[in-house]
Amino acid sequence: MATKTVAGVEVDVNDEGFFTDPEQWTEEMVPELAAEDGIDELVDEHWTVLRFMRDEYAEKGTGPTVRVLGKTSGVSVKELYQLFPKGPAKIAARVAGIPKPRGCI
Amino acid sequence: MGESIEKVSIVISKGSLDGIYPGLIMANGARAEGIEANLFFTFFGLDAIHRKRMEHIKISTVGNPGLHLPTMVGGLPGVSAALTHYMENQMDKVDIPMIPEFMELIGDTGAGMYACLASVDMFGLEKSDFIDQVQDIITVGEFYDMAAGGEIIFT
Repeated sequence: MATKTVAGVEVDVNDEGFFTDPEQWTEEMVPELAAEDGIDELVDEHWTVLRFMRDEYAEKGTGPTVRVLGKTSGVSVKELYQLFPKGPAKIAARVAGIPKPRGCI
Repeated sequence: MGESIEKVSIVISKGSLDGIYPGLIMANGARAEGIEANLFFTFFGLDAIHRKRMEHIKISTVGNPGLHLPTMVGGLPGVSAALTHYMENQMDKVDIPMIPEFMELIGDTGAGMYACLASVDMFGLEKSDFIDQVQDIITVGEFYDMAAGGEIIFT
C-alpha cells in the first residue's frame, strides 16, 4: 500500500497504481491519471468507458473485463484497444480509480 | 514492479477443443494486459482457423485421462459430441465464447494470427480456407523472426 498525489490530493494506491479506495477518486484527476498511462488526449469515448467502469464497479463491486466492455459499454473491442492500447479494462480501471478487474476472458 | 513480459508468440498445434482453447485464452489475456500477442497455428491446430472446421471442434474423448472415462467408452459413437455439447454449455455459463466468436474477439484485440506453411501445404489448404483474421501463411523462420525478443508458448 502506498499513497500518491493526484491533482493536488493524496490518494491510496496499491503497488500497481490502482486506487484502493475508489471514493477518493474524482473526475478532475482523470487527465493526470490518463497521462501517467500514456493517454495524452482524452476523447468522448474515453469518458464513456471510464463512466461505464465506475457504474459497473458501483453496481457489482468489480470492474468489467474487455469482453464485457465490448458487449455492453457501446464501445467495440477494436475501438477499446485504440483508446487504451496498453489493455482497455486494466488501464481504464486504473484511470477510473477502481481496482483491477479480475477475469480471464 | 519487477520485470514484465512485452510479447508472446503462442503456437497451437492440436485440433481438439481442449487443445485450442488454452492458447486462445492466453492470447486474449495477453492483449488485455497490453502484451503484444501472435498466434501461430500448425498441424491440426489449423482447424481452429479453418472457415468450416472451426464450427465443429470436438473435445478429445480417447486418450484423455482427465475425463475419467474408460477408454472404450470414450471411443463409442456420439460420446465426443455429447461431451463437447456439455463442455460448450459449461463454457457459455462462464461467458467463454465459442471458437468463431472468440477468433473475432482476438482479431479485434489486435493479436496477430498466422498459419504454418508446412502444415498448410501438407493438408493441401489455401489462404482462402482460413478466416479473414489470419494475416498470412508463414514459414518457421518467419515465425522465429516475429517471435524474437518475446516469449514462445507451445500448446
